[in-house]
Amino acid sequence: MSGTPQGYHGSEDYIASKALMEIVNVSVILKKPLVVKGEPGTGKTLLAHSIARALNKKLLIWNVKSTTKARDGLYVYDTVQRLNDARFKDKDISDIRQYIKMGKLGQSFTTDEQVILLIDEIDKADIEFPNDLLNELDEMTFHINELDEEVSAKHRPIVIITSNSEKELPDAFLRRCLFYYIEFPDGEMMERIIRVHYPDIEDKLVREALKKFYWLREIDGLKKRPSTSELLDWIKALSLGGIKIDKINNEIPFLGTLLKNEQDTDRFIRVSTNQGGFGFKRR
Amino acid sequence: MFIEFFYILRRKGVPVSIKEFMSFIEALYNGIFQSSLNHLYHIGRAFLVKSEAYYDAYDLAFNEYFGGIITENVDLDRVLGWLENPLNRLPKMSPEELMEFQKQLEEFKRTHDLEEMMRQFRERLKEQKERHDGGHKWVGTGGYSPFGAYGYHPGGIRAGGESWMQSASKVAEERRYRNYRNDIILDVRQTKMALKKLRELKREGSEEELDIEETIDKTAKEGGEIELVFNRSRENSVRIILLMDTGGSMLPYTELCEKLFSAATQANHFKEFRYFFFHNCIYQDMYEDIANYKNVPTEKLFSLFNKNYKLIFVGDARMAYSELFDVNGCIDYFSTNDKSGLEWLARIRDHFPHSVWLNPTHRNFWGHYTVDTIGKLFPMFELTIDGLKDAIKALTSRTKNLMHQ
Repeated sequence: MSGTPQGYHGSEDYIASKALMEIVNVSVILKKPLVVKGEPGTGKTLLAHSIARALNKKLLIWNVKSTTKARDGLYVYDTVQRLNDARFKDKDISDIRQYIKMGKLGQSFTTDEQVILLIDEIDKADIEFPNDLLNELDEMTFHINELDEEVSAKHRPIVIITSNSEKELPDAFLRRCLFYYIEFPDGEMMERIIRVHYPDIEDKLVREALKKFYWLREIDGLKKRPSTSELLDWIKALSLGGIKIDKINNEIPFLGTLLKNEQDTDRFIRVSTNQGGFGFKRR
Repeated sequence: MFIEFFYILRRKGVPVSIKEFMSFIEALYNGIFQSSLNHLYHIGRAFLVKSEAYYDAYDLAFNEYFGGIITENVDLDRVLGWLENPLNRLPKMSPEELMEFQKQLEEFKRTHDLEEMMRQFRERLKEQKERHDGGHKWVGTGGYSPFGAYGYHPGGIRAGGESWMQSASKVAEERRYRNYRNDIILDVRQTKMALKKLRELKREGSEEELDIEETIDKTAKEGGEIELVFNRSRENSVRIILLMDTGGSMLPYTELCEKLFSAATQANHFKEFRYFFFHNCIYQDMYEDIANYKNVPTEKLFSLFNKNYKLIFVGDARMAYSELFDVNGCIDYFSTNDKSGLEWLARIRDHFPHSVWLNPTHRNFWGHYTVDTIGKLFPMFELTIDGLKDAIKALTSRTKNLMHQ
């Protein structure tokens, strides 16, 4: 398998660990959905983009929101349009087909070539949402009630599903998928990632910035720990601002690029002035 | 084949299902796998483990079944001892030598695979009896050997230490996912799952769903003039008030209560979530903060929130007799109360028909007069995952707490 030219080996702007590449390849070969989980900023969404680029396939993105229902991904029957057309009699409305609009999952089944379907942030939806997709993802078919027709995938799409660590996905759903947890990149990996984005940045700056960054992430009780994208912004700000390296040691310039809410900034100030932690205080 | 592996996984606590194991075996027979244990390790994990919380257990199981592949019982401290206080320099090399190394690196990458390296590494460890620095064979520092730290070898194994050259193919550390085995996080998650059961779907919010039946009816009545009727979509309408005891006797249960608290605050599916704190028993004041500084009159509970709010008490319900039954029984020296705690609790119970009491102490220790009395006012449950599930059942049942009326 490793020798196949179509295999996924990462793309030039995305650094994937070897284990992740292997699992992507297995998922592509077996056409089993891959659930990618990890903290925000570990590049879950970018993975799908990278696969699409590397395999030269079209990417369909289904952004899941808290109001998204499983049906929305399959198809939508536009009743209102049909009623309107019936009202003004300027169109033949007997063909229901023209009012059936495919959702992202539906599109991925009906296109003429194999596509990559990204179901982004599946855990944002209702807890039942993944269960509603079990059969569709397993058999890659669904039924259109209005037409009494079965739609089955012409080419089983490569399905990448991302989830933040916040919510648990149902077991029945996970059983049908491959699972990979992207760890937050360690220092070495992070340095490589920074190099990809800013190839000519000073070594020492990167090292000092990373040290500070990981220290910041270790602070207990942050609402939103800074992630890769924040780090990249920060480093850019540092290098554009021409900040002296020893300045990073003593304070954090451009703190706003790393910590995005007031509480976290307060927390940071409290920790850095050694006022101790908070928690359940007792009398 | 590998059947034993399945059982080891189960024994280590990884919840593998037969279906998952079957697809793993299927993939195995279809020749998906390269004949490499490293590969098998990663792919197997993707098939069999569906949460990073079990990665560590998987590592253990894999290690047990495939025996010493990931780590071997080497005396790690002894080896790391050799690597302490490194020769504080890289071996000196001319540009030509560096070029030569580049070539070797490519060569090495082609000819060596990780398993072979690991085997050699283990062998070398067995043979080696003492510290070696600057050499090219033994595990040591500042040398050209493929094994050790602070040295220079294309694609070798780094044992501990910081990476200088960043070409080591595997850091010989074990069980890196141990941190993910954070049982506290797991508990918070389970608690959240339990809290999720607490929902009532009601049609609220903006009107966005087309009600086809209604539309047809209306349109027919209007004589064909199309009249669209929309419905509100369904949303969770549960509103929660959490009242937590922060008294001294609750101290041993701090962690447990923190878990519940963080789960409840993070669960974002409630329509509204409010919380207050009290000290041992509730009187005319409650507090907005844990340290009990900002007080809120308990009367506010009745004026601000109607009976549809669901109320959850968390406390051990264990206090001095006077704290519950007497006027001015409050434990705080400077506080007075002109109504007894019991009276306040009864008022709360009457105002909120859906209320429960979660007790972090074990049921066996509930035989205490204040616990008994409070248990008669509110259905009391243990603060465990199961207790929480029962409490939520009690909260969502349509009938009032009839048993106590």
